[in-house]
Amino acid sequence: MSPPLQHDYIGLKGTELRLGLPGSESPDRRPAATLDLLPAKGAKRVFAHEVPPPAPAPAGKGKAEEEADGEDKKVAAPPQPAAKAQVVGWPPVRSYRKNTMATSQLKSSKEEADAKKGQGFLYVKVSMDGAPYLRKVDLKTYKNYKELSLGLEKMFVGFSTGRSESSVIPGKDGVSESRNDGEFVLTYEDKDGDWMLVGDVPWEMFTDSCRRLRIMKGSDAIGLAPRAGDKSKNKN
Amino acid sequence: MGRGGSRAAPAAAAPPWHALPDEVWEHAFSFLPSASDRGAVAGSCHSWLRAERRSRRRLIVANCYAAAPRDAVERFPAVRAAEVKGKPHFADFGLVPPAWGAAAEPWVAAAADGWPLLEELSFKRMVVTDECLEMIAASFRNFQVLRLVSCEGFSTAGLAAIAAGCRNLRELDLQENEIEDCSIHWLSLFPESFTSLVTLNFSCLEGDVNITVLERLVTRCRNLKTLKLNNAIPLDKLASLVRKAPQIVELGTGRFSADYHPDLFAKLEAACAGCKSLRRLSGAWDAVPEYLPAFYCVCEGLTSLNLSYATVRGPELIKFISRCKNLQLLWVMDLIEDHGLAVVASSCNKLQELRVFPSAPFDAAEQVSLTERGLVDVSASCPMLESVLYFCRRMTNEALITIAKNRPNFTCFRLCIIEPHTPDYITHQPLDAGFSAIVESCKGLRRLSVSGLLTDRVFKSIGAHANRLEMLSIAFAGNSDLGLHYILSGCKSLKKLEIRDCPFGDKPLLANAAKLETMRSLWMSSCSLTLGPCQQLARKMPRLNVEVMNDPRRACPLDSLTDESPVETLYVYRTIAGPRSDTPAYVQIV
Repeated sequence: MSPPLQHDYIGLKGTELRLGLPGSESPDRRPAATLDLLPAKGAKRVFAHEVPPPAPAPAGKGKAEEEADGEDKKVAAPPQPAAKAQVVGWPPVRSYRKNTMATSQLKSSKEEADAKKGQGFLYVKVSMDGAPYLRKVDLKTYKNYKELSLGLEKMFVGFSTGRSESSVIPGKDGVSESRNDGEFVLTYEDKDGDWMLVGDVPWEMFTDSCRRLRIMKGSDAIGLAPRAGDKSKNKN
Repeated sequence: MGRGGSRAAPAAAAPPWHALPDEVWEHAFSFLPSASDRGAVAGSCHSWLRAERRSRRRLIVANCYAAAPRDAVERFPAVRAAEVKGKPHFADFGLVPPAWGAAAEPWVAAAADGWPLLEELSFKRMVVTDECLEMIAASFRNFQVLRLVSCEGFSTAGLAAIAAGCRNLRELDLQENEIEDCSIHWLSLFPESFTSLVTLNFSCLEGDVNITVLERLVTRCRNLKTLKLNNAIPLDKLASLVRKAPQIVELGTGRFSADYHPDLFAKLEAACAGCKSLRRLSGAWDAVPEYLPAFYCVCEGLTSLNLSYATVRGPELIKFISRCKNLQLLWVMDLIEDHGLAVVASSCNKLQELRVFPSAPFDAAEQVSLTERGLVDVSASCPMLESVLYFCRRMTNEALITIAKNRPNFTCFRLCIIEPHTPDYITHQPLDAGFSAIVESCKGLRRLSVSGLLTDRVFKSIGAHANRLEMLSIAFAGNSDLGLHYILSGCKSLKKLEIRDCPFGDKPLLANAAKLETMRSLWMSSCSLTLGPCQQLARKMPRLNVEVMNDPRRACPLDSLTDESPVETLYVYRTIAGPRSDTPAYVQIV
């Protein structure tokens, strides 16, 4: 779930609302079309491209992306629809619509694959020992274990007691009998129905196989060896 | 009303009309249809001003920075319904960086103090926080209608406050907002005793809702007329919800995809058969064509059909639409293609509004066969067509001229040729002639968006002929300052002008500065503006806010810039509130 107030920026790079001198351009900015005065009517402007055009694909239209200067009336394009770097906010499709369509196109293009992978969201139940009701999180909103941990902390902040901020991720403090009250361990149920410790496998593998999450009391998680050192890859 | 003094004046003569008590005027004014009429009478004399403002019930603040909230509340103390709009229109396309402004909080706070009887609040393109929603729920005991359009900044926690606190809520209408999902079961917070809902639209919500709770809510709200579900509601649940609300007039389906099962189809079909009042249908994301026939029984009654998120192609879509003989509004994807629009043209003769959205706007290659032909056909055969939004990839002057001749009754014509600077694909000429024909023929045109290859000539036509035009959107067009000058010196009724990527400089702004005060706002981005003249404009016109927008990531203080520094984005609007105090670092009011 995207955080609020994020407009549909194609990275902030794309916004480039900069006060650059006319004619100057950053490498990844399309020169403002305004900088060229249109010569006699009919001539097209010249655009520089940040991205080289792809291999020619069947094209139908006369929308030449690149033309030599002074080519006055020619419009019939070389059969090569150029891949343009996107101009911010053009065509004028609302961010809401863009996001919705992106999600559904994502779904339709991955239909053969695992259904979960095609979805724009991946909600799993999260239970916490001692809490009166469960919550749901969208794993797709997190990119790594750390974000997941922070997200869960925010959600269950009312119920945790004396937890250090990293205690949910095993491997930092170790999962061991040395855990005292108030510290929790994050586990998940995988596709096979087994309960696993969160953090052992790469993030992508985890989101593929995770069916639900359970925040266990540390005191219940005995018998599991502490992780040998911090595996930095599991922090991301 | 002028009675004049009577000659033989009996003792009980009626007072001369100018001495009638305010209540009489207030009653008279209540018959005035529009806010602008009321504004006009208010400007006539002091007593009318007093009577009008004290009886104004409905207030629209089209630019939240045009007036201070507390002033507005004080001026119109009897308001029951208020609508406030915030960010400029181009914010919809990502041209306004985050944290720009348009906070709803000052308006909610002022309303909470001054309008305790407020019943309706509507915000568009504003930042609405959970705290705002909590304040609304706590401050207005008879609150009935909440409409949020293209807003952001709130979560389901705020919705929970509304559900729990607004006992008389009739409408909760959430259109295209960005809502953070806190997984709070906000729907459950409508009390069991709560039955007053008439409109429930949560189509933009991304998370799950508790379907059982929703079903119970729908069952007990017998006056529910509009129900728009979100993408999380599967097809089988749709069927059971619809069965529980056969009185529904407007339905937004949830996720419309599912593997085809004859049982589910039958369920859906039976549920729809019970909906004798259904007039408006929308939603249908990822619609699976096999299920569309389940809705055939409602087609004939439909006046409004929004399939603009349905990536359905082909025969099923066209068959469906062709049954909707009474359609007045149709929104589709360009997947309908020209031949589909030809069917629309012949089947839907009552069509008034058509919008065709691009299915793949960022692909350079054309994958669907939607061209100028579709629009020509529809405009030829639908005599009541007056509003069009059309995305396509090619156009000709001839087509536009034909369209203009067929449909002089256009009030809104927005054409977006996806590739900038696209000329007439047959003659390779600019599309000046075509758009000129539109403005010359459509005398009632109020809104126009132009695109394609255009020179200053088209702006000369627009300036001269588009006398009723209120909103004009221009992108990648024109040759020189002259283009902008034509617009600003013409277009008598212009209220909103938004321009991007055009070679217009500041001279026409200075030359037509007074015009800007007759308009609501002007947006210019990626044009040829420099800082000095913008400052000049601001000095010349103290009742305008002249906002210059910088790159948000640059901490570059605008003081260090010179007169010649280019201005990337200019946003100018008239205001009686003076410069706003909530500008982010990248905006400067010059």
